[in-house]
Amino acid sequence: MGRYILRRLISAIPVLLGITVIVFLIMAMIPGDPATAILGSYATPENVARINHDLGLDHPLVQRYFIWLFNMLHGDFGRSYSLNRPVIDEVLDRFSATLILAGVSFVACSILGILAGVVSAARQYGAADKAITFVVLIGISIPSFFLGMMMILLFAVRLSWLPVSGMYEIYGGGGPIDLLRHLTMPAVALSVVATGVIARLTRGAMLEVLRQDFIRTARAKGVHERRVIWGHALRAAMVSVIPVLGLQAGYVLSGAVYIETVFQWPGIGRMLVDAILKRDILLVQGGVVFVAACYVLFNILVDVAQSLLDPRIKT
Amino acid sequence: MTLALKTEALAKRFPAGRRLLGGPRTFVHAVRPVTLEVRQGETLGVVGESGCGKSTLARMLVGLLAPSEGRIEIEGRALDKADPVAFGKLIQYVFQDPQSSLNPRKTIRAILEAPLRNLHGMGRAARETRIAELLAAVNLREEFLDRYPHEFSGGQAQRIGIARALAATPRILVLDEPVSALDVSVQAQVLNLLADLKAEFGLTYIFISHDLAVVEAVSDRIAVLYFGSVVEEGPAERVFARPRHPYTQLLARSAPAVGRPLAPGGEGELPDPLDPPPGCAFAGRCPKATDICRHTAPALRPIEGDQLAACHQPL
Amino acid sequence: MNLFAALLFRNRLAAAGAVVLSIIGILALLTPVLPLQDPYTTHMGSRYLLPLSPGHFLGTDGLGRDLLSRLMWGTRLSLAVGVVAAVGAGTIGSAVGIVAGYFGGRTDNIIMRFVDMLMGFPYILLALAIVAVLGPGLMNALIAVAAVNVPFFARNIRGITVGLAHREFVDAARLSGKGHLKILVTELLPNALPVIVIAMSTTIGWMILETAGLSFLGLGSQPPQADLGSMLGEARSAMITSPHTSMVPGAMIFLIVMSINLLGDGIRDALDPRLRSGALARPMAATLVRRKTVPGPTGEGLLRLDDLSAQFHVGKRVYRAVSEVSLALAPGECVGLIGESGSGKSVTALSVMGLVASPPGVITGGAARLEGEDLIGAPYERLRSLRGSRVAYIFQDPLATLHPLYKIGDQLAEAIRCHHPISRSEARKRALKLLADVHMPNAAARLDVFPHELSGGMRQRVGIAMALANEPDVIIADEPTTALDVTVQAQILALLDELRRARGLAILFITHDFGVVGQLCDRVAVMYAGRIVEEGPTAEVLAAPAHPYTARLIACVPELGAGRRRLPAIPGLPPAVDRLPEGCAFAPRCEKATEACTKGEIVLSGAQRRWRCIHPEPVA
Repeated sequence: MGRYILRRLISAIPVLLGITVIVFLIMAMIPGDPATAILGSYATPENVARINHDLGLDHPLVQRYFIWLFNMLHGDFGRSYSLNRPVIDEVLDRFSATLILAGVSFVACSILGILAGVVSAARQYGAADKAITFVVLIGISIPSFFLGMMMILLFAVRLSWLPVSGMYEIYGGGGPIDLLRHLTMPAVALSVVATGVIARLTRGAMLEVLRQDFIRTARAKGVHERRVIWGHALRAAMVSVIPVLGLQAGYVLSGAVYIETVFQWPGIGRMLVDAILKRDILLVQGGVVFVAACYVLFNILVDVAQSLLDPRIKT
Repeated sequence: MTLALKTEALAKRFPAGRRLLGGPRTFVHAVRPVTLEVRQGETLGVVGESGCGKSTLARMLVGLLAPSEGRIEIEGRALDKADPVAFGKLIQYVFQDPQSSLNPRKTIRAILEAPLRNLHGMGRAARETRIAELLAAVNLREEFLDRYPHEFSGGQAQRIGIARALAATPRILVLDEPVSALDVSVQAQVLNLLADLKAEFGLTYIFISHDLAVVEAVSDRIAVLYFGSVVEEGPAERVFARPRHPYTQLLARSAPAVGRPLAPGGEGELPDPLDPPPGCAFAGRCPKATDICRHTAPALRPIEGDQLAACHQPL
Repeated sequence: MNLFAALLFRNRLAAAGAVVLSIIGILALLTPVLPLQDPYTTHMGSRYLLPLSPGHFLGTDGLGRDLLSRLMWGTRLSLAVGVVAAVGAGTIGSAVGIVAGYFGGRTDNIIMRFVDMLMGFPYILLALAIVAVLGPGLMNALIAVAAVNVPFFARNIRGITVGLAHREFVDAARLSGKGHLKILVTELLPNALPVIVIAMSTTIGWMILETAGLSFLGLGSQPPQADLGSMLGEARSAMITSPHTSMVPGAMIFLIVMSINLLGDGIRDALDPRLRSGALARPMAATLVRRKTVPGPTGEGLLRLDDLSAQFHVGKRVYRAVSEVSLALAPGECVGLIGESGSGKSVTALSVMGLVASPPGVITGGAARLEGEDLIGAPYERLRSLRGSRVAYIFQDPLATLHPLYKIGDQLAEAIRCHHPISRSEARKRALKLLADVHMPNAAARLDVFPHELSGGMRQRVGIAMALANEPDVIIADEPTTALDVTVQAQILALLDELRRARGLAILFITHDFGVVGQLCDRVAVMYAGRIVEEGPTAEVLAAPAHPYTARLIACVPELGAGRRRLPAIPGLPPAVDRLPEGCAFAPRCEKATEACTKGEIVLSGAQRRWRCIHPEPVA
C-alpha cells in the first residue's frame, strides 16, 4: 500500500512539472506587454524597462521559467499588480472560500448521485427509475449559472428565505450559521449537474454489474436482495464510479467559476476571471498552478481509494 | 522428406511487474527455447493446458509476435522479423474464436478479398473467381458473401476463417484451437473439412489444442507442451498410448473417457511463472521426482526411436 | 437504417427531443429570412419592455433591443458554436485516441501522458488560460472549449481502440497483408465510429453550455454580437427588476440542451446492440413465473421437475429454451444432464431456484418440487431461505462467479451467515473447515486472499466449499469443470465424487462431455432443442443409445486411444429455439427420419429408460 502511494506520488511529479510548463508557456504567449498594461499612461521607456526587470522579463524564456519555478517552490508566487498584494496570499484566501463551496457541493453530489443511481438501477423501468432519470436529465441540461439566477429570484427575492449573495453578512456577519445560509443556494446550484452525471453513471455501472455471474452466485447462496444490491453490486459498481468522482471534482471546481460570479462568492474562480480581464499575468499563473496542483493531489487520493477498494490493482 | 517449418531455440519472454522507477522487475518466459521440425504435408499436434505457451508459440510462427530468441525457417527461408505480410504468403493462422476473428462491420466478401488484394495483388475479376473457389472448398453457399459475421453460427464462421486463411494460398496452416469454441456435433464437421482441405491443397498443419482426443484423431506427430517447454514429442499413435514423460501420462489419464473410472489424478497445479523452479517444471507434481529433477532442468532427448521426452526418469 | 429509425422513435422522449431540436434548428437556419427586427438596433425609449408588448413579442432588453430577434440570432450562434466545437474536438480527439490505442507502447505512453496532464487541470482553468492568451471573443471561446474537450475524446476513444486492437480480427487483417494505415482506417475506424458519433452527439449540449458559460463571464461573444450566454450575462444586472430578460435566453439554453440530451440518449440506446436484445436489462431477484396451470407430481424424488418450461421473451421473439422437462433426483443420486450449447440444460438447472435472468427469462409452465414443495412461484423470501441451504449451486467459470472484491473467507462466511445467525468468528472457523474439506492446500492462509490470487482449480474448490456451506441436500453443478484444464478437471471431479459419496449428496450435473458423465453419473438425461430426448442409467445409455441423436453425438466425439480417423459428423445445425419445427427437432438431421417424425408431438416413452423417438436404435 505504502509502496503504491509512493509510486503515485512520484508519478505525479512529472505531471506537476508539465502543468507548470504548460501554464508558463501559455502565459508567455499572451500578446501585449504587461509592463505597458501595468503602467498605463506612465509607460515611459525607463519605467517599462524597470518593470520588465522587476518581473524578470528581460531574461530568456527558459531561464525565466526556472526562476519562476524556483521561486514558486519557495512559496513565492510573485506579486499581483492589480491588487498590489503577494499572489500566494490572495490565492490562499480565495481558494479557502472556493474549497468550502466546492467541497460541500462535491460531497453532496457524490452521495446523492450514487444513491439515486443505485435506486434507479434496482428499480429499472419502474416508476422511481423513470422519475429519477427525468429529474437527472433536467439537472444535466440546465446551465448552472441560469439555475443560480433563478434560485436567487425565487428564494432570495420572492421568498426572502436566503441571502442574495456573498459569503457572510457585511455587517455583523460571520459564524457557521451565517455561512450556511449563504452557502445553501450556491452549493445546490453547483452540485446539480454533477449529481446528475454521477447518478447516470452509477445507474449504468450498477446495471452492468447486476448482470455479472457473481451476482447470480450471491443470489444462489441465499443472500438477501437488499444486500445483493447495496453490498455485492454497489461495491463492484464503485470500481467504475470512483474514477468518475475524481473527474467530477474537476467539474465542480470548474462550475464554481460561474457560481462564484452569480452569487458574488469571494472564491478563486471569480479571482481568475477578474485577473484575466485585467491581464494580471502573475495572478493568473499562480492561481492556475495552485488549483491544478491541488487537483492532481486530489486525484492521487482518488486513485488510492480505488486501490483500497479493488485488490486487483497492483500495489 | 523436406521440412516445411523449422524452429531453432525459439523463445519468448514478457516483462512482468514494475520497479518503483522504470524497468520491469522480472521476465515471464512464456515460451522457453523450443526446437521443432515439421515435415512437408504432415500434421503436428501441439497439446498443452492453459499457460503452457501454445498460443504464444503459434503467434510467433505466423509473425504476429517477435521472438525474443531463436529463429524460424519456413521451407528453408529464414523469417525472423515479425512481419505478417512476409509470413502471410507462406503460413496462415486459423483463430480459436471464429466470431471475434471476423470484423463485425465487414461483409464476408470484404473479409475474403483482403488477402487476395493485399498479399497477391489480384484484380477484381480474378478475385471473384478465387472467392467462388474458396467458398466451394469450405462448403459455403455464395449467397453468404454479402452478409455480416453475426449472421453466422460458430461452425459457419469458422469455415469463413478457414477460407480467409486459404485465400493467401499458404503452404502451412497454424490452427490454434480451431474447434474448441464449437459444439461437438459441429466440431466433427470442421475437423473433417480440415482433413479434406489438407489432402486437396497439400497443406501442412500445426494443430494446437488442449483436447487430447481431438489432437490424437488428426495428428501424425504430437508435441506436448508444459510450462513453455516441449516435454514430449513423438508419433501420434504412441505419445498417449505409451507416454514417456510423467506429465503426458497424467494428461492421458485425466482425460475423461466413457467406460474408464475416475482417475485419482495428481495433486497440484502449474508452478508460479514469476518464480519458476530451478529444475524440471513438473517436479512438484511428479510422483517419480528425485533430487536431480528439482535442481537440473532435463533436456529433450530421444527415449525410444523417434519418441523424445525431457525427463530424467522417463517411463 | 430503418431499424435504427424505428428504434429511435419507439423511444417517445427521444422523438420529442428530435422534434423540438429540429424546430429550433430550422428556425435558427431561417433566422436571416424571417421578418424579425434588427437585433442590434437600440431604442433607449423602450427599455425592459415586458413580453407581449406591442411590436415586441418577448419584450426588449436593457438597450431597448427586440428580445425575440436577439434570441433567434443568439440561438443560431450558440448552436453553430456547439456543433463546430463538438465536431472539431471529436475529430481531433478521436484521431489521437485511435492512434494511441492502436500503436500502444511508447507512442501511447507519450500521447496519454500529455493527455493526462491536460486532464490534470480542472477543464475551466485550461479554457480560461487559452482565452487569456487569445483574448476574449466567441471564436476564441469556441477554440478553448473544443481544445479542452480533446483529451476527453482522446482518452475515451483510446480505451475503445485498445479493446478493439486486441481483438483477433485485427490480427487476421494483419495476416491478410494489411498495413497499419489500412487497419486503422478500414478495420478499427468502422468499429469505433458509432462510439465517436454517440460521444459527439452527447457532447454538443455540453459544448453549448460551456461556451454559453464563457460568454456569460464576458469572455465569449463581445457586444453587440450576442450568443445566448452573453445575453444571459448582460441581463444579470437587471435580473431582479426585469427577470424576463434573463429567463428568455436561459430557458432557450435549457430547451436546446435538454432536447439534445434526449435525442443523444435515444441514439445511444438505438445503436447499442445489447440494449436491442434486452441484454442490458437487470436480472430481477427471482425469475418471472407466468404459468396457467400447475401439473401434479408425476412421481417420487427428492427434487423433481414436472413438465418444466422456460422461455426467453426478446422483443416479439419467443425462444423456447426449455420445453416440458420432467426429471427426478433421488437422495444421494447423481444425474447428468447433457446437451450442446443452446439445448436448454443450463436454463433447466437455473429455473429450479428462480435464477434464470429475467427479463428476458420467464418460466411458463410446470413445477420444480423439493420434497413435494413447489419452488416455482414460491414467495421470494421462501425461495431465498432455500437457496444455498437446501439446494446449492456450483457454476462454470469460478473467476466470474466469485465476487472479485471480497476475500474468500468472507464469501464463505457470508454463505453460512445468510442462513445461520452465528458470529463472525464462528463463521470464519466454519469457513476454514470447509476449505479443508475441499482439500485446499494451506487453507488458513487462503481465507484472506481474493479470488484473482487463486488458480482456476483452487477457485473452483472455493466454489464447491461455498455450495457445501449449509450442508444442502441437492447440489446443482452447472458445467463446473468446463473452464478448467484436464488435469485440474480430474482433480475436481474426484473431489465431487468423494464428497457426494461421503455426504450422501444428490447432484444434478450439467455438462456437454460424455466422458465426464460416464465417470460421475448414475443416470443421464440427454437434451436437444429444449427437450429431453433420452434418459436412463448412464452405462446403458452410453453402451446402447436409443435416440439417434444420442447415438450420433457419442459417435462424433473423438475418444482418446481410438487413433487417427475420420469422425462421423452430424450434418446440419441444431434448430433455433425460436423457430422449432413440428415433431422431432432432430428430424432434419436424422438419417432415419420419416414423414411421421415431422408431425405432431412425439412423446417421451419408456420406464427405466425413456426416449422420444419413433424409430429408436435397437436397445439390448
